[in-house]
Amino acid sequence: MLSRHETRERLRPYRAVLASRARSQRAYRTSFALDLASSTLVGLVELAEVWVLFSNVTALGGMRFNQILLVFGLADLSFSLADLSFGHLDTLPDFLRAGTLDAFYLRPQPILLQLITSDISLRRLARAAVGAAALGIGLVTARVTWGPGTVILLPLALVSGYGTFAALFVWAAGLQFFLLDGAEMTNAFVYGGRYAATQPASVWSRPLKLVFGFFFPMAFTAYLPAVTMLGLPGPDWLPTWLGWCAPAAAVWSWLMGLLCWRWGLRHYQGGGG
Amino acid sequence: MSGAFNSGAIIETDGLTREFRIRDGKRRRLLTAVEGLTVRIEPGEAVGYIGANGAGKSTTIKMLTGILVPTAGRVLTCGLRPVPDQRRLARQVGVVFGQRSQLWWDLPVRESFSILAAIHSLTRAEETGRTGELVEQLELGGFLSVPVRQLSLGQRMRAEVAAALLHSPRLVILDEPTIGPAYGQIQERVREISELKAQF
Repeated sequence: MLSRHETRERLRPYRAVLASRARSQRAYRTSFALDLASSTLVGLVELAEVWVLFSNVTALGGMRFNQILLVFGLADLSFSLADLSFGHLDTLPDFLRAGTLDAFYLRPQPILLQLITSDISLRRLARAAVGAAALGIGLVTARVTWGPGTVILLPLALVSGYGTFAALFVWAAGLQFFLLDGAEMTNAFVYGGRYAATQPASVWSRPLKLVFGFFFPMAFTAYLPAVTMLGLPGPDWLPTWLGWCAPAAAVWSWLMGLLCWRWGLRHYQGGGG
Repeated sequence: MSGAFNSGAIIETDGLTREFRIRDGKRRRLLTAVEGLTVRIEPGEAVGYIGANGAGKSTTIKMLTGILVPTAGRVLTCGLRPVPDQRRLARQVGVVFGQRSQLWWDLPVRESFSILAAIHSLTRAEETGRTGELVEQLELGGFLSVPVRQLSLGQRMRAEVAAALLHSPRLVILDEPTIGPAYGQIQERVREISELKAQF
């Protein structure tokens, strides 16, 4: 076990970089305020999209509007927090083109950890706030069956969702080593994944269930925990109890993400080891 | 040669080779950037490594520092295998890549040094002492509070050299340290480097 002092020392390099990034973002106040405002607006537009849909139908995939709010809130809150701390991994192609990734090799910390802690996007806090508000309203109005299970499942779902989305960014970054100009393609999966996560998986066709239900386990970040909390019957292939498997989905995503990263890094160095 | 490998040299290579697969129009071909490099450099030596553009100098440096895996041959830097021991090696090597900054472009030079000190686990006292020495020797005092992006190329290179020396590495590698000054000043830069070597 590491002592408290050793842990502090181990974390010091990361804290030093992150603190400088946060300071530099807040230093330009007007720009930061504009960033926050535009980020809030994007979050609200996405929420409005769900609301517009439900002004035309009363239920979608067996869920009412306030139940969907629960799904949207869970997915958006955990995605925004993952985006805040991992989203800048999609700038890896810039590092690769400019050759600046080499500087990371000259420092005695793991490359991936250095890259993750090389930046932080505080403006995403605004989107997280929109997600948190939707989640709060959903929890109050969607008749969640409260009990010890729900109290445990809610934070478990949020933490697992955060982990799953964070891993998705690592996964995408690993592929950048091969694609170079492929940020567009991997973003389609990352942001498409976020979009899929805010939807009720019950409306998906079977191939979609395979891709976004299990391979990229987006249904585990919000829809399945919501179904479990609401005590709804799950659709084909996605039984109600699967909501409890959200941590397993996060572990799977990290395994695949780290494998992809390792594979990419080896490719960058020229194969072998 | 192989029998003497790992006998206290600071850099030792044996048949070091690196090939790249490149796309040439529609065909793929092999480009040999470094071929069969065998060299031995003792601690305390200062060695110049010269060659035309594209001769493989930077590729060699990348293999010495664990950024690239050699296609063939062996390499030991500070007695360590660069790729598997990359993080341990990072504590013993300082590198200046002339074309690529290691500093944070939007931060004052002083703050970049402070982050690098944290990265290399220097104590506050070590950081203050070492930064003071480097600021004096490399005459950085005039622009310590200036953000890196506002430095002239010459000033930035001095700050880069200081950044590479901050953690008192056993081996310093300067890749294109002479960019920035006019041709006539390069000799002076080489003299400065020799002086620095004597001091650190």
